[in-house]
Amino acid sequence: MQRRERNLGLLYSAPLTIFLFLAFLAPICLVAAFSAMPEKVFSLTQMPDFSAYRTVLEQGYWKSVAWSLFMAFVATLILLVICWPLAFGMAKVFKRFTLVLTIGVVMTLFVSENIRLFGWVLTLMKGGLIEGYWRHWTGVGFDAPLYNGPIIVFGLVYVYLPFMLFPLAQGIAMVPDDARQSAYDLGATRWQILKEIDLPLAMPGIMVGSLLTFVLAAGAMAESKLLGGRAIITIADEVQTAFTYGQNWPLGSALAMVLIAIIGTVAIWAISKADLDKMMGRKA
Amino acid sequence: MTAKTPILRINALTKTFENFTALHGIDLNVDDGEFLAIVGPSGSGKTTLIRILVGMDEPTDGSVWLRDKRIDVVPANKRPTCMVFQSLALFPHRTVGQNIEFPLKLRGVAPAKRKERALELLDTLRLPRDYYSKRIQQCSGGEKQRVALARALAFDPEILFFDEPLSALDYRLRKTLEKELKDLHRRTGKTFIYITHSLEEAMVMSDRIAIMKAGHFEQIAPAEEIYARPKSRFVAEFMGEVNFFDLVNGTASDVTMSDSAGASLAGQTGTLTIRPESLRRLGEGDSADLSFEGVVEAEYLLGSRVQYRITLASGREMGVEVLRENAVPGGVGASLTVGCDLKAAHLIADAQSTEDTPNAAA
Repeated sequence: MQRRERNLGLLYSAPLTIFLFLAFLAPICLVAAFSAMPEKVFSLTQMPDFSAYRTVLEQGYWKSVAWSLFMAFVATLILLVICWPLAFGMAKVFKRFTLVLTIGVVMTLFVSENIRLFGWVLTLMKGGLIEGYWRHWTGVGFDAPLYNGPIIVFGLVYVYLPFMLFPLAQGIAMVPDDARQSAYDLGATRWQILKEIDLPLAMPGIMVGSLLTFVLAAGAMAESKLLGGRAIITIADEVQTAFTYGQNWPLGSALAMVLIAIIGTVAIWAISKADLDKMMGRKA
Repeated sequence: MTAKTPILRINALTKTFENFTALHGIDLNVDDGEFLAIVGPSGSGKTTLIRILVGMDEPTDGSVWLRDKRIDVVPANKRPTCMVFQSLALFPHRTVGQNIEFPLKLRGVAPAKRKERALELLDTLRLPRDYYSKRIQQCSGGEKQRVALARALAFDPEILFFDEPLSALDYRLRKTLEKELKDLHRRTGKTFIYITHSLEEAMVMSDRIAIMKAGHFEQIAPAEEIYARPKSRFVAEFMGEVNFFDLVNGTASDVTMSDSAGASLAGQTGTLTIRPESLRRLGEGDSADLSFEGVVEAEYLLGSRVQYRITLASGREMGVEVLRENAVPGGVGASLTVGCDLKAAHLIADAQSTEDTPNAAA
């Protein structure tokens, strides 16, 4: 009986497994193979020489990698700080307003990221919604706060907010109210409740939200292109350029492999570090 | 009351929610070192009361005093009291030791000292010392109970509140823990205020019992007094099964009185309260101050005792409980005469009958 169920399980999961293999694993294998080819070739039949990786090291691409990771890190931190109170409200305080907020935040996802970012450009640019009206009323203009590093981080924070907010709200919802009340009764201040009860018990949500936003932000490029005016070139942008303008598939592949390796390592490290069951006290 | 000074004084405490008054200006003094149980059915206001006493809710009116200090205006985390929650509210992400040490950690006590105290408390609660590093999930229901108690004692409160902490446990464990709690109260000398809906639980443990109904105290007295001399039908019924007979000017239907009993009840009006277990079977020639004749309607075996429901001449029913060896031979359908002494019956004079007090929920 159990054996049959097991076989049935494998059978049912087969279509998705095959799909995932083809759609997810196969391209990665292809990219990995291309990254080993001599530069500027378009076939996998050449002798692997890994020259693209040397180019990655020698041409200063590490700067783009470092900037992408740094901006993703800063955006994740900012998102943690601004989403915490909001998520706490959604999980514990707002009641019916939570639904309104959820719908509001989810609605933004219905519009393409690029269009929303263009909206910000129109709002912030010189002669745009803010500066234009300001100059019209006061006669004094100012420079647009666009085309720099901080505005790219702002864009990342704006675009990835839902990916932090919802996991965080889920995590906070798992903090039992009586544990918070009991800590308060035993003399804990608000900060002590946050540190001793809320943060550790909401950790699964914090981990999932942070990982999601960090991974997505590290691979982002639209924010840098549209808001940042390429003031900072992200690694994803470099990958795209190598594949398109550069016509250098092995270089693009090598850059992609570096990014995958770094983010994969961070993700696996974070997941192994954070034993979700143990954090929740579920594991004996 | 005793000569001791009250540690807690509750003064005309009122709590009103939007369209409902949960507490009607109640007063209460609790002695230092006393074990007071507050008993009432759900909705009687006991949970509202304890939430106000520990600081998780604010009273609408009135005051709460701890010795000379008014505490109803003090936030819960600044009050020298603490509560054992119904759910226990242990921290699942912390070990047994860390749970117990929690209040000490908040106060900045050094780790070594904290641990020492936690181990002492494990001894006090009769838990093995190696439980210090055990996870909460590995503990049984009774062990968790003890950890919650140890954590509350580590706080070293002036008053320890309990919000029905035993209600989720099975019968036998509850019985054991009731006795342990009473023993712990004696050993620590602390003031315990214990909320429960089970009068049985309250009787085992407490020095005094306060019976709550619809936002006020119906009776506050030691257990024996509540049992023997309930102030109202409500209190009498709360104590378990009871038979009521309306006494009007010294007579009551279905009740046969001896001459002496008739004389002492002459002219009185109220409710005659008789417990099923204070009745005895009357054979030929036996007599009692009060006696009742009826037919056995149903029979329930309660282990060492047998309970009967009998129908009296007027058609009303009455509960009788006797020892197994005195069981009625015929069982269901047999006629039965039972009786009791006048001192085993209690007269609730009419003015105190709860039927006259306004309903708080209105």
